[in-house]
Amino acid sequence: MNNEIQHTSTLSGPSSRRSKNAVGVWGQRISIALVALIVVACFATVDYGDKAPMSWPTLTHTFSQLLRPDWGYVYDGSGEDLVSLMLQTICIAFLSMIIATVLAFPWSFISASTLWPHMPAIPVAAKFVTDILRAFPELVYAIVFVKVVGPGPAAGVLALGVHQIGMLGKLYAESIESMDTGPAEAMESVGANFWKTTLFGRIPLLAPIFASLSLNHFEIAVRSAATLGLVGAGGIGAPLIFAIQSRQWNRVSILLLGIIVVVAAIDAGTGWLRKKLL
Amino acid sequence: MSGSPIQRSAPRRALSQTVHRHLWRNLATFALIVVCVLGASSVTGTSLIDAFENADQAADFFSNLLHPDWPYFAKLWIPLLQTIRMSVVGTVLGLVFAIPFAFLCTRIVTSNRALTAASRIIMDIVRTIPNLLLAALIVAFVGIGQVSGILTIAIFTFGVVGQLVYQTIDTVDPGPLEAAHSVGANRTQTAVWAVAPQVRDDIASYALYAFEINIRASVVLGYVGAGGLGVLLNSSLSLQRYDRVSLVILTVLVLVVAVDWLSGSIRRRLR
Repeated sequence: MNNEIQHTSTLSGPSSRRSKNAVGVWGQRISIALVALIVVACFATVDYGDKAPMSWPTLTHTFSQLLRPDWGYVYDGSGEDLVSLMLQTICIAFLSMIIATVLAFPWSFISASTLWPHMPAIPVAAKFVTDILRAFPELVYAIVFVKVVGPGPAAGVLALGVHQIGMLGKLYAESIESMDTGPAEAMESVGANFWKTTLFGRIPLLAPIFASLSLNHFEIAVRSAATLGLVGAGGIGAPLIFAIQSRQWNRVSILLLGIIVVVAAIDAGTGWLRKKLL
Repeated sequence: MSGSPIQRSAPRRALSQTVHRHLWRNLATFALIVVCVLGASSVTGTSLIDAFENADQAADFFSNLLHPDWPYFAKLWIPLLQTIRMSVVGTVLGLVFAIPFAFLCTRIVTSNRALTAASRIIMDIVRTIPNLLLAALIVAFVGIGQVSGILTIAIFTFGVVGQLVYQTIDTVDPGPLEAAHSVGANRTQTAVWAVAPQVRDDIASYALYAFEINIRASVVLGYVGAGGLGVLLNSSLSLQRYDRVSLVILTVLVLVVAVDWLSGSIRRRLR
């Protein structure tokens, strides 16, 4: 009864309905039961005892402090204030996005399988490289680059840059694979060589998509750059962690406020630009 | 004669779409980007020469990484299970709160515009806080341990899945809604019987997507004391036991790849 209602109202296409039948109702039920079992087992085995929550008076004190942000920290000209550190964070994200865009752009042409019809091994190998780059968390790269170039924003730029090559490389390659090949084919049929079809048949179509993906990753990078200070890779993360660990709640609240405002502004700004691009 | 303006305007429009027509605008955009890059690199003090001069440090790090301390795995699998458990519980908790909240973010359950706007703003704010910072904050409130990790993941999932779900609800087919309305269903009944079946598969897909992100995140959450593999990553790094760091990173890699593959294959089946 329940199933019938869902079937008639989901309006799923014929392909998805067929695949559902192929899996079978019983297969579906068994997998749902399996997932439920795993979830219940996980809930049951969590160690809820290993915590030391704040006492009630500390908690009320904390919240009263959080509600009174330390406005003096916004700008004091020392270079260690909210505005300068936030600017540094944005610059880290921007530079890493530019590095990743510049390097992922040629790499995506190597890793797009549609451009290598006779040598399928090349895109597979190139995609493996971006997969590996993507698999390490940014924090691990930050640790490596803090060791290489010393603590500071430069380490953050390199860490985020390398991680984003993996992200953008994959997305760029996917958009090349799914792009409209009409113009490139038309140019080929009138005798254009590889460079001409790429420069005039593919890149003009791909440029707005790539720019949009890069802008989206700029926003993601701002968020990540705000955390990398934890391992000494510059940006707003370090003062925030120090403030949390030393229980300076009014400073924590102004820092969080700054991050929320900046991320929301960049989110809105890149969203507007992307809408104009596409 | 009457056809000529049309004939003339067609190629002109085509010409205006080429790169050359916007040469000056493109050059200006390019110049702006270059200025931003120069400004940003002076602010951050980045120089690539530095990175290449100290490449031996990186080589040193990676050569250590190539020799993982295999016997250490005996101590690794308990935190590994913790990481998975934290992600599962956090994702489920986040979902449980995100789905009803996502309905509040649309105009289906409530006709109150202010409530809808407020719900969306709350969701946006939740999403802007990077999860590592959220974890640090929650560890300060709740204490070091898995519960902090679970809460962080739940809040993060709430933000991510909530937004995806309400965007999906906004684009559902209005037919079943009208049908439900015409037979006298109230707003909650409409949400349960006309909207939920349409978005059920999408929600499952988003849950898996969130789970993938959460597995990655839960690895680093331990770095600030929120339980799981990150605790070992932090301690091995501060002891400079790079052979152990290597094993932790390799474990993370295998876990992430396995979860990506699993959830990818399930999501493909859902579609």
